[in-house]
Amino acid sequence: MNVDSGRTTGTITRAGAGVGTAARRVDGVPKVKGEFAYGSDLWHEDMLWGHTLRSPHPHARIRSIDISQAVASPGVHAVLLADDVPGKKTYGLEFSDQPVLAADRVRFQGEPVAIVAAVHPEQARRAARRIAVDFEILPAVTDMELALDSAAPQIHDFGNVLRHVRIVHGDPEAEADVWVEGYYETGMQDQAPLGPEAGLAIPAEDGGIDLYVSTQWLHVDRQQIAPCLNLPEDKVRLYLAGVGGAFGAREDVHMQIHACMLALYTGRPVKMSYGREESFYGHVHRHPSRVWIRHGAGKDGLLVNVFARLLVDGGAYASSSSAVIGNASTFACGPYEVPNALIEGTCVYTNNPPCGAMRGFGAVQAGFAYEAQMDKLAGALGIDPVELRLMNALHTGSVLPTGQVIHGAAPVREVIRACAAIPMPPEEPAEEPGRRDPITLPGGVAGNVGRGESIVRGVGFAVGYKNIAYSEGFDDSSEARVRLEAGPNGPVAEVHCAAAEVGQGVHTILTQIARTVLGVERVILHPSDTQIGSAGSSSASRQTVMSGGAVELACRAVEEELIGRVVERVHPEGGWFATLGEGEVTLNDQTVGRIEEFLDPPIEQVRTYHHRPTEAMDQNGQGEIHVSFAFAAERAVVEVDTELGLVRVVQIAAAQDVGRAINPQNVRGQIEGGTAQGLGLALMEEIQVVDGTVRNASFTDYLIPTILDMPSVVSEIIEEPEPGTPFGAKGVGEPSTIVAPGAIAAALRAATGRELNRIPIKPDDLVGLNPPVKPKGPPPPAPDVPGPKPVPHYVGLGAGQQEIGGEGGKG
Amino acid sequence: MLVRAKVNGEWRETDVWPGSSLLYMLREHLALPGSKNACEQGECGSCSVWLDGELVCACLVLAAQAHEREVRTVEALSTGDSLHPVQGAFLETGAVQCGFCTPGLIVAVADLLETEPNPSEATVREALSGNLCRCTGYEKILDAVKLASQRLQDSTS
Repeated sequence: MNVDSGRTTGTITRAGAGVGTAARRVDGVPKVKGEFAYGSDLWHEDMLWGHTLRSPHPHARIRSIDISQAVASPGVHAVLLADDVPGKKTYGLEFSDQPVLAADRVRFQGEPVAIVAAVHPEQARRAARRIAVDFEILPAVTDMELALDSAAPQIHDFGNVLRHVRIVHGDPEAEADVWVEGYYETGMQDQAPLGPEAGLAIPAEDGGIDLYVSTQWLHVDRQQIAPCLNLPEDKVRLYLAGVGGAFGAREDVHMQIHACMLALYTGRPVKMSYGREESFYGHVHRHPSRVWIRHGAGKDGLLVNVFARLLVDGGAYASSSSAVIGNASTFACGPYEVPNALIEGTCVYTNNPPCGAMRGFGAVQAGFAYEAQMDKLAGALGIDPVELRLMNALHTGSVLPTGQVIHGAAPVREVIRACAAIPMPPEEPAEEPGRRDPITLPGGVAGNVGRGESIVRGVGFAVGYKNIAYSEGFDDSSEARVRLEAGPNGPVAEVHCAAAEVGQGVHTILTQIARTVLGVERVILHPSDTQIGSAGSSSASRQTVMSGGAVELACRAVEEELIGRVVERVHPEGGWFATLGEGEVTLNDQTVGRIEEFLDPPIEQVRTYHHRPTEAMDQNGQGEIHVSFAFAAERAVVEVDTELGLVRVVQIAAAQDVGRAINPQNVRGQIEGGTAQGLGLALMEEIQVVDGTVRNASFTDYLIPTILDMPSVVSEIIEEPEPGTPFGAKGVGEPSTIVAPGAIAAALRAATGRELNRIPIKPDDLVGLNPPVKPKGPPPPAPDVPGPKPVPHYVGLGAGQQEIGGEGGKG
Repeated sequence: MLVRAKVNGEWRETDVWPGSSLLYMLREHLALPGSKNACEQGECGSCSVWLDGELVCACLVLAAQAHEREVRTVEALSTGDSLHPVQGAFLETGAVQCGFCTPGLIVAVADLLETEPNPSEATVREALSGNLCRCTGYEKILDAVKLASQRLQDSTS
């Protein structure tokens, strides 16, 4: 680059292991050696173990709590209840509607009621069992449609509607030649990160607290923790502990406030680490959805009109539900040009487990529905499904149902074509039945008792898209500090950013960007903490763009200062052109010294990256809602044992629009991992909630894909640089999760001829023992709410993220 | 109760609560947190260790069962800066993301390659079907096993 500010101009020649390379993970060596310290690995001398007592009932009034036996139990140092919360009694990501500890009422099974600190974790567990809570069980609202009934019990004083979104686009009465209609459901998926919720709170001498925690967003945690502890934010210092996966599960506060309360009360460090069962109760899940949807098209195959009615179950507390239904609604038509549409989306409160962020964030539920519709439409029109998608695909300049025009890169057709062009997997050899290796049969060695007699192959295709970064007027900026100093072996850059490394690789990406912009080999990453400004969340596929953008800006500011310093020291009269490269400084082509000779004092710059502003929805759901978009297509090839209902996914072909691959190996890893979570949702993953009670809170009963379930994923990376982002990059984490369920479901429909309108698809669905799910009735009428903002907003419930990033939703 | 075991080549003795798992003893008593606690019921393989040379889930073994026996954990695989070939292969192929499953997988892969130096893909998949990974989709883990297998064979041929 050239820097031209006043009298200084210059360039830096770039170094290796930078942008565009498969740079090794900065945390890779400690991770393979077992030395990387996750939240659950933390230890402190004299530390106590915290434990949470949770409600066994989905809805109950608390008549009384007797803690006397627990307090007297061996090893116990504290038993705390709602009255012991030092400050504000509630917290929440977007709205402060969730009690730190239940005071008089519990609204979901698993809601925290009391916390205990003891010397040994088993002592804490046993003491918690000795807390006597007198519950008066209340009728629970456990069905999202019944929650809308005016006679239903109210989960909160202000009713059961969390948010209603209405998007009116063009003429929703527009006539079409061909109509197809469908009803679709998705189940409640768990993020199931392998690392449990965990952290260590250490009371500080200044009356504050130091908290080491596995989280996705340090600053929004602090924003919620500090008022509950009745401490100013500068006395609540957070440090990122190792994070064992996140996928949305760590966006909400889990053990943070509880561990801090116990530590401040006892004056001792307190560690909390959930077991797997508690983890299922301790974080939010993916919203179950019901979608009524109708597509109209001309005989030529062009979409004319879409009607979509979406309903999602937010569970007992708001979490990020309002943004999830905003997303699901704005993406309800898929990555296609639709001139007329009416989209209505509602999120309700129920007494089911709270739902919030999970990879794909509303776009997954919509994607399953609209892609099934595209296949139905292709069938009705007699047009090839891939061709139909190409005909209707969005492109730069397209108008979305929200009226927003896509200004950035939108290589949807390229993505579709690239995916369709990936070679198909070979057919299984035409051997005699019984000769095939049983491990390759659907169900594998564990489930298939046949010999491969009734295996049918199917192919399905799906396209989808996702917003990058937060939406609806939210300014989720990221701050970075970069310091360039002289080291013993040349210049060293230190990068400090609060971006949470949750496994996705953002820390490596930040060092790659610094290496490339500054042209130095040695880049050191400062641990992520709250000593620097917010980096925003590691969610919404946003960190590469946002924190990568902040690091790029800070590096360019360092570069500019360095060039200015060189010119000033060597030729203060000005008029010289400085070049920095290969570790040397040249002025008008004459070498004047090594870069490090000009780094006394070191150069340090802090910069904040903002994405372009977005807007809240108006009454008709119109506005510049999202920042930018990333697109993906997947083709699934499956084999179904039509007698046993068992499935083997043979191959996933994937193509994804990534803008620019900062680290191609990492990009493929995100596509593969995102596909696995989509496959899980399509075939096996569902939290079974019966009458508000979770029936499968373990890895024995909640199945996630194993290495035997995952096919080969063949991926194509589509690079069309996005204007205004670092190196043209887009986020890459979510699109594959959005398209995988649709592609797999389509392939299963092709193999079986069945409707399969609910995911996860079960063996009984495939053999016809379960009929397709039927709607309970017509699409529910729009609830009576004041406007497009979430209802808690209208009742003045204390805002969460808005205080950090301005008003609006997220992504 | 007192438990004495030879852990990573060294005899260690510690006083554990009788209900403690071997995993708890390793992590909380012996300062060896490399074996991970992801499911605590033998489903995920994150706590894979060797007990007298047999691959086990440390969460399913009582600490007391390790008494007077030999335990080897992921921490024993590398010495100083020198990585075990399986560890190096995981790094190079991008098989590490959040890394929580990684120590257990590395132990399981090292165990597999000790008995089966050149496994077929089907064999690898079956051998690792008890190790859950939530991040990678397993594609790069298969790459890592292939690379490690190649390296180990090259070094012994």
